[in-house]
Amino acid sequence: MAVVPLSEAVRELVGDGDVVALEGFTHLIPHAAGHELVRQGRRGLTLVRMTPDVVYDQLIGMGCARRLVFSWGGNPGVGSLHRLRDAVEHGWPAPLELEEHSHAGMAAAYAAGAAHLPFGVLRGYRGGDLPVRTRVATITCPFTGEELAAVPAQRPDVGIVHAQQADRRGNVQLWGIIGVQKETVLASARSIVTVEEIVDELEPRPGAVVLPAWVVDAVCPAPGGAHPSYAHGYYGRDNGFYVAWDAISRDREIFRAWMQRHVLDTADVAEYHASLAAEAAPV
Amino acid sequence: MSAIADRGYSADEMMAVAASRRLGDGTVCFVGIGLPSLAANLARRTHAPGCVLVYESGTIGAKPTELPLSIGDGELAETADAVVSVPEMFAYWLQGGRIDVGFLGAAQIDRHGSLNSTVVGPYDAPTVRLPGGGGAPEIALGVRDVFVMLRHSRRAFVSALDFTTTLGDKVRVVITDLGVLEPVEGELTLVALHAGSTVEDARSATGWELRVADELRETEPPRPDELSALRALRTKGTR
Repeated sequence: MAVVPLSEAVRELVGDGDVVALEGFTHLIPHAAGHELVRQGRRGLTLVRMTPDVVYDQLIGMGCARRLVFSWGGNPGVGSLHRLRDAVEHGWPAPLELEEHSHAGMAAAYAAGAAHLPFGVLRGYRGGDLPVRTRVATITCPFTGEELAAVPAQRPDVGIVHAQQADRRGNVQLWGIIGVQKETVLASARSIVTVEEIVDELEPRPGAVVLPAWVVDAVCPAPGGAHPSYAHGYYGRDNGFYVAWDAISRDREIFRAWMQRHVLDTADVAEYHASLAAEAAPV
Repeated sequence: MSAIADRGYSADEMMAVAASRRLGDGTVCFVGIGLPSLAANLARRTHAPGCVLVYESGTIGAKPTELPLSIGDGELAETADAVVSVPEMFAYWLQGGRIDVGFLGAAQIDRHGSLNSTVVGPYDAPTVRLPGGGGAPEIALGVRDVFVMLRHSRRAFVSALDFTTTLGDKVRVVITDLGVLEPVEGELTLVALHAGSTVEDARSATGWELRVADELRETEPPRPDELSALRALRTKGTR
């Protein structure tokens, strides 16, 4: 593990065509890392995420993805993801293959991946049309005879999460809503963790997830890197941004102009925040 | 929303109040965002202070002071009795059979209470790509009772779903802006009307021949204490 700039981590650890999971369940969504994937022009990615929201809308709309593995794709509390819908409904900017699961199935698949087991098992995917549209099989419990669902383990090439803190040796601590981040890092062949700050010493917190330095490939300082989601103890969720995203993302040209100005024309997360502030400031 | 002027409350408020009244003190309730969250929070602030709110983000026993915009808002974690990981939430708590009531919404519902939140049109070439199942498929299997909240229209109440995302086996009640449906011998049947709606309204907003109970009830309109508690819950600020 090394503490490195995010641009360097993405250059060295994420290749075109990789299976990449950016996780964070509403909280600690690694937006800064998503933006860096866009800046470096990654193509043909299989994007994995339980809740593809604004961060994947941006990656899909910028043509980074070939395939999406997911369980719920929307703008939470607001409505549709227009770039995701445009890709699925009209193939713009490129067709997007879908592998669709339920949350319980995705969670079991990540947990199996973290345990290096071939599949996860759950009582789910019963009836309905989803089982015939996705990768799931029925297995029989060898002890009770109960029929259960088996989902193939999620083993991304690269797992990317955001956390509040790392220490100088690269040990990571995150807390609040912890989602599926631990499983994502442990299930992935390589991992990148962006953090709000590097501290001398991690102060233990109740309910926190600690990822030792030796299970993480790169720790990258990215203060504000979860925006517009939030970092518990650092800043709140920018609900207004999620509402505003509906209009920005609805139109292809407005979307592209927004991404140009705030992502492609900025070098890093600090410049991204400066460009948002410049836009919001009265002229 | 002319209904507010006519009756002093909106259709959404009637739906939230009707749903909240069905939650008992101590009911453990899996809630999504929107009307279900409103209904469950209202119950906790009126007749059911011991109602336990579980959000799929991993917050168990959340007690928000304002309505969250997302299921993972920070206040849910700050006010929760416990915060668990997402795999734990679905495996230990939902699949473990610890949730009494799960609220679901959808784009489409059929006469058996099965729901579609996946696509409108064919799966491979959808007219509208909807968000997908999320937590719903296993909520529909894992809880004791499913409550559905859905505005009544022919677009939503269809004779055949475009896609079956969740099964209707555990649907005990469907609360709409016109009234209340419950399964009778496996088919959703109109059992109550909200003030101001008629059987004809409900029938014309349903895409199948809607059965109507012999003894049709009328929902008690929202009481002043319910309305004031409801309106005190405000969605957190937008810029």
